Amino acid sequence: MKVLLAKPGLDGHDVGVKVLAHALKEAGHKVVYTGLRKSIEEIVQQATDEKPDIIGLSILSGTHQILCEKLTEEMLKHKLNIPWIVGGNIPAEDVEALRKTGAVEAFPTGTQIETVVGYIINFKH
Amino acid sequence: METKTVNKKAEEIKKVFLESGLEVKPVYTYRDEYNSEPGFEEELPGQYPFTRGIHPLMYRKRPFTIRQYAGFASPEETNERFNFLIKNGQTGLNVAFDLSTQCGLDSDDPRALGEVGRVGMAIDTLEDFEIAFNGIDLDKITVSMTINGSAIVLIAMYFALAEKRGYDIKNLRGTAQNDILKEFIGRGTWIFPVDKSVKLVIDTIEYCAKNVPKYSPVSVCGYHIRESGANPVQEMAYAFCIAKAYSDETMKRGIDIDEFASRLSFNFDIYGNLFEQIAKFRAGRRLWARIMREEYQTKKEESCWLRMIAGGGGAGLTKEQPENNIVRTAYYALISALSGTQTMALCTYDEAFTIPTEKSAEIALRTMQIMIDEMGICDTVDPLGGSYYIETLTNEMESAIIKEMDIVDKQGGIIAGVASGKIQEAVSKQAYIREKAIQDGKTLKVGVNCYKKEEEKRTVEFHPYNIDAANRQVVKLKKKRAERNNEQVFKLLGAVRENAKENVNLMPSIIAAVKEYASVGEIIGVLKEVYGEYDEPIFF
Repeated sequence: MKVLLAKPGLDGHDVGVKVLAHALKEAGHKVVYTGLRKSIEEIVQQATDEKPDIIGLSILSGTHQILCEKLTEEMLKHKLNIPWIVGGNIPAEDVEALRKTGAVEAFPTGTQIETVVGYIINFKH
Repeated sequence: METKTVNKKAEEIKKVFLESGLEVKPVYTYRDEYNSEPGFEEELPGQYPFTRGIHPLMYRKRPFTIRQYAGFASPEETNERFNFLIKNGQTGLNVAFDLSTQCGLDSDDPRALGEVGRVGMAIDTLEDFEIAFNGIDLDKITVSMTINGSAIVLIAMYFALAEKRGYDIKNLRGTAQNDILKEFIGRGTWIFPVDKSVKLVIDTIEYCAKNVPKYSPVSVCGYHIRESGANPVQEMAYAFCIAKAYSDETMKRGIDIDEFASRLSFNFDIYGNLFEQIAKFRAGRRLWARIMREEYQTKKEESCWLRMIAGGGGAGLTKEQPENNIVRTAYYALISALSGTQTMALCTYDEAFTIPTEKSAEIALRTMQIMIDEMGICDTVDPLGGSYYIETLTNEMESAIIKEMDIVDKQGGIIAGVASGKIQEAVSKQAYIREKAIQDGKTLKVGVNCYKKEEEKRTVEFHPYNIDAANRQVVKLKKKRAERNNEQVFKLLGAVRENAKENVNLMPSIIAAVKEYASVGEIIGVLKEVYGEYDEPIFF
């Protein structure tokens, strides 16, 4: 599996995304991490170039809904069809809204790493 | 039920290691303290090397300052919260800025989408500062600003505000976080390349040493380094390496160490083992004093003081059973007081998932007040001094911090280590080890990997995002841009650009520009033209 992990927006909390990157690498997967503060346009561009099997967004500032809507829009524009998940400071009642926006799954903080890694590994188009 | 075997042989007793790797013995006696230097039993608080506290009477004379982190939405809403906190007995303000302000973007910048006023207050021009601090006496309430990447502009605004309101900045107190090196390690609100970022910090230190001598331009943060995964020894070691780097760079400008060292302050984190944290602070205080006197040959006693804010950290809190966080933060407060901090702040119990509500902010405030007024915490200085365990651990922590600092020095120093990403890599590895230990159940966390409760109902109220305030902020900025003397603004922005190219101290030209209502985004934009932006090395 090739996973693109991305930090959209201005949020600088990257402990979680790096812990996940470590865990995925340890499980034998290829991980590409964008680094902090990427615009959705930049992330979609990188996804186009890297062709990952799945994209993971990490957002902890509470801006998830706005940024995820933008991602769906931008991917549609570029006719890019890659499944994506989102993790971070996400209230439970926002999870369903994020799924409706296009996320295949949303993982609030507190989710076990194993759960996320397991989800990614077992994900099928 | 498991039955315990009585009469376990000593070698069968499970070994205990602290997060920093030090081993803990089951019992300590006076013999352990024989490892200390001669005469340590005579050491008093307020005396070099200040293991027991930087002042002779500490809280007996005045309790620690309570300074809760606050600020959200617009300057108008923040001003209301400030007044609420002051009315409730808070003696200092700790200002939170939104991410656009922290990253040097104006509220109408497309990259600020959804961020305006979300995690702190939005500041675009000096007008916003005038509103936020309306009715607050800058002589009576000390203001601390959590700002880093764009700190030079916000510090300039604070000084401009004080001058416009008629205060003599020679007597102005307050603190800016302004520790950019730690932003590269954790937190992430860097803007410019590492060397240029450090240059801006040194500009503020130099300017303050000469013009605003009572202001603390930098608060070196072990806090965020620890929140990003570092263990307590790394937290102290990296913070001291950073503080030394700023000192070295300032001295290169011909400024004597005693002209600024006493204005450097520190911000440390509390979670984890109670005794390890207390020993960490006592060891840190002693080591910093020794570094300042022995390595830097400071002459003033205050230059050796490890002045600090020590607060209950968010990383120790859990999203599960959030009310337990009230108990955790009360312990953190106790640790902080037993450690002899100057200022205290506590994360609120709901901070694991939202920014504090008025209710949760009040509980945190009351937690500290209960300790001061009901627990006798202020009666005597360093009440744990002389404990066999604490004194032994203090010695061991000091040695461990020195060892960790040596590793950084051998790798070429903290600035090079941050620029290459080596330090970030070490911290992120540590974060992974910690997280794995929690997930594997080796490190216990109540409600997370033990004493779990199924199907918890959420009992936390969320602090809502105020979209109207964000929209108002944009309207206000546009109005200000139309009203101000734009010819003058562009001229002053040009001066900032020239000063940046000539590599002179930027504080005077930025102060002049903000007084004419040049915005944060405009000034940072000009500096980006000259300095470029940081290219993050990717390590995990």
